[in-house]
Amino acid sequence: MIYDFLNDLTGSPFIAGTITALLPLFAFILPFALFAVLLERKVAGHMQDRLGPMRVGYHGILQTVADIIKLIQKEDIIARNNDKLLFNIAPVLTFAGSYAAFAAIPFSSVFLGANIDLGIFYIIAVTGLVVAGILMAGWASNNKYSLLGAMRSAAQIISYEIPTILVVLSIVMLTGTMSLYDLSESQTSYFWNWYLLGGPEFEIQKFLLIPFMLIGFLIIYISTLAEVNRTPFDIPEAESELVSGYHTEYSGMKFAMFFLAEYANMFAVSAIVVALFLGGYQSPFGYLGNLLNINWLIPLEQFFWFTFKGIFFVFVQMWLRWTLPRLRVDQLMAASWKYLIPIAFFNLLIIGIISIL
Amino acid sequence: MSVRTEEMVLNMGPQHPSTHGVLRLELTLDGEIITKVVPHIGYLHRCFEKHCEVMSYPQVIPYTDRMDYLAAMGNELGYVIGVEKLLRIQVPERVEYIRVIMAELQRIASHLVAIGTYGADIGAFTPFLYCFRDRERILNLFEITCGARLLYNYIWVGGLSHDLHPDFVRLTKEFIKEFKPNLRELNNLLTYNKIFIDRTANVGILPLETAINFGVTGPMLRASGLKWDLRKDDTYSVYNKFDFDIPIGEGKMGTVGDSWDRYYVRVLEMEESLKIIEQAIETLPDGDVTSAIPKKIKPPVGHVYSRVENPRGELGYFIISDGSTSPFRVKVRAPSFVNLQIMDELCRGHLVADVIAILGSVDIVLGEVDR
Repeated sequence: MIYDFLNDLTGSPFIAGTITALLPLFAFILPFALFAVLLERKVAGHMQDRLGPMRVGYHGILQTVADIIKLIQKEDIIARNNDKLLFNIAPVLTFAGSYAAFAAIPFSSVFLGANIDLGIFYIIAVTGLVVAGILMAGWASNNKYSLLGAMRSAAQIISYEIPTILVVLSIVMLTGTMSLYDLSESQTSYFWNWYLLGGPEFEIQKFLLIPFMLIGFLIIYISTLAEVNRTPFDIPEAESELVSGYHTEYSGMKFAMFFLAEYANMFAVSAIVVALFLGGYQSPFGYLGNLLNINWLIPLEQFFWFTFKGIFFVFVQMWLRWTLPRLRVDQLMAASWKYLIPIAFFNLLIIGIISIL
Repeated sequence: MSVRTEEMVLNMGPQHPSTHGVLRLELTLDGEIITKVVPHIGYLHRCFEKHCEVMSYPQVIPYTDRMDYLAAMGNELGYVIGVEKLLRIQVPERVEYIRVIMAELQRIASHLVAIGTYGADIGAFTPFLYCFRDRERILNLFEITCGARLLYNYIWVGGLSHDLHPDFVRLTKEFIKEFKPNLRELNNLLTYNKIFIDRTANVGILPLETAINFGVTGPMLRASGLKWDLRKDDTYSVYNKFDFDIPIGEGKMGTVGDSWDRYYVRVLEMEESLKIIEQAIETLPDGDVTSAIPKKIKPPVGHVYSRVENPRGELGYFIISDGSTSPFRVKVRAPSFVNLQIMDELCRGHLVADVIAILGSVDIVLGEVDR
């Protein structure tokens, strides 16, 4: 997509590759993180009967910029007994995991880093790197709280990947493709074609599918919530128990890397949910570009719709965070193994039966 | 073949976000299961009792404020009642009424902190700020009364430092009116939240017998099912003139005496306190609040034990007078200190996350534990 275009333009695969690789970082992740951190603080503030940041810029819109400047200036502390190598690699690895996922996320029919045939598979695999980063951080910190946080996190992410994959599998089984681009394209531009509402094919099975699709959607949303360690599943960084879990010992830019990874991850999992169930980048009401016959408008509209849906789900994550208490670690495991996984299995089975009807 | 696992010792605190101050808990863990809890105290020791021996009786009052700094009015009340018993003086009716109003407002403020921080310990941060919003209004009421928001030096031997502000009655009525829906909102947001119940019900069960053996008092004892409240059972001031209930734990969501019960007893107690305040404000007599303050406080030789129902339990003062202007000895029975002993008993066999849930439900103030 972008790579092919740039390759034609510059004639150099290297330049094209570099630009394509950096594009999501500078065009999306950094601005999104800036926006999302502020959004989180504003959402939290207003939900808690206060204003949130107000001092830097109009209504505090420059607060995150100020925070980043502060973090850059901070001393990079490495304690004497830390495992220096792992301690330094961990934040990079964690960030790399969530960053790499952006390569396969289809922002619009044009803005797509790489149209991999195994798109969804790739994303799930590559976000697994995050676990390794977290475990490394917990181990290298040489701090008992960090270690407990990292252990919990590894257990949690691995358990919740299973229901996620089972739900993804049901969609893949239905459509016969793992490419997020094809998935998005097939849910053409009206909301009744979304997989949440049974998919694009108008047959009797579409209506049979709707309730099971809703169940699948709920399962994948809950389990992705757990995968990015958000409330009510924020046990790895449970502030009141483990101080801040695996990143207790980090300061300055390394801490910022974890932070950035968390916000990038929040969007990445929302993007998966959107691409699978909510039409991906497709507009729910048709395109203005088609109406006015302006072709270049369509990708922009698609980009708008995709980020809009993604940010809406990020907002829901924040909403939950400031409403719900936190589960205990055994309750968390029980929720996954006793409820989500069996339900997801049956859901998969039923969707399979319906699809061969 | 049996696999031997090694126990890990984890120091929780004194610098930890949810030990409610400078408490250090030495946890012995088998995996994440607690096998032993040893609380280490003393980081906030300020020699209160020794200080008292060189100060005159009225000078002790500001020091009592600094013990349970979330319930300073109650601390003053207990001490002052003791000294008045030694002096054998009667205080005007109006003074007693205002003291009760202040003590009950203080109870609500203190329980709001307990409930709010408990929610924050469990992971729900929003109720914490809702509670503090309401507490702020009580602190404003204290501020217009005596100028201080946390440490008042308001209740004096034989009277009060100031009479009520002319706006006080109106503002208090407004507060009560607006606080009731807020309490309902808090219940919907936190008390009946499924996750909150899962985290607290059946956690840290305190059987009544154990509670009595350990000398636990206050909401903790009542949550275990005993109707024991000094305001009714060993009444002081003018509490016998008001009509109120004593809520006890019923095991509504789990077992009697679990953490949820301890939490919920506090919620119900706030409602009862509102009742008392409403009645007291309606029937507030006129009078001069400073008329009975003695010029010179020099109690006769003797000793007295006075106890009041503070938000955290029975606060007792044992005061010995040698006939001079300063007490010979003031011994304090601090409820937080006594209640804290139960930690090991409650935590054994639970997970690390439960220690936080249990400690929050015990509701200690380290200023009082260490004195």
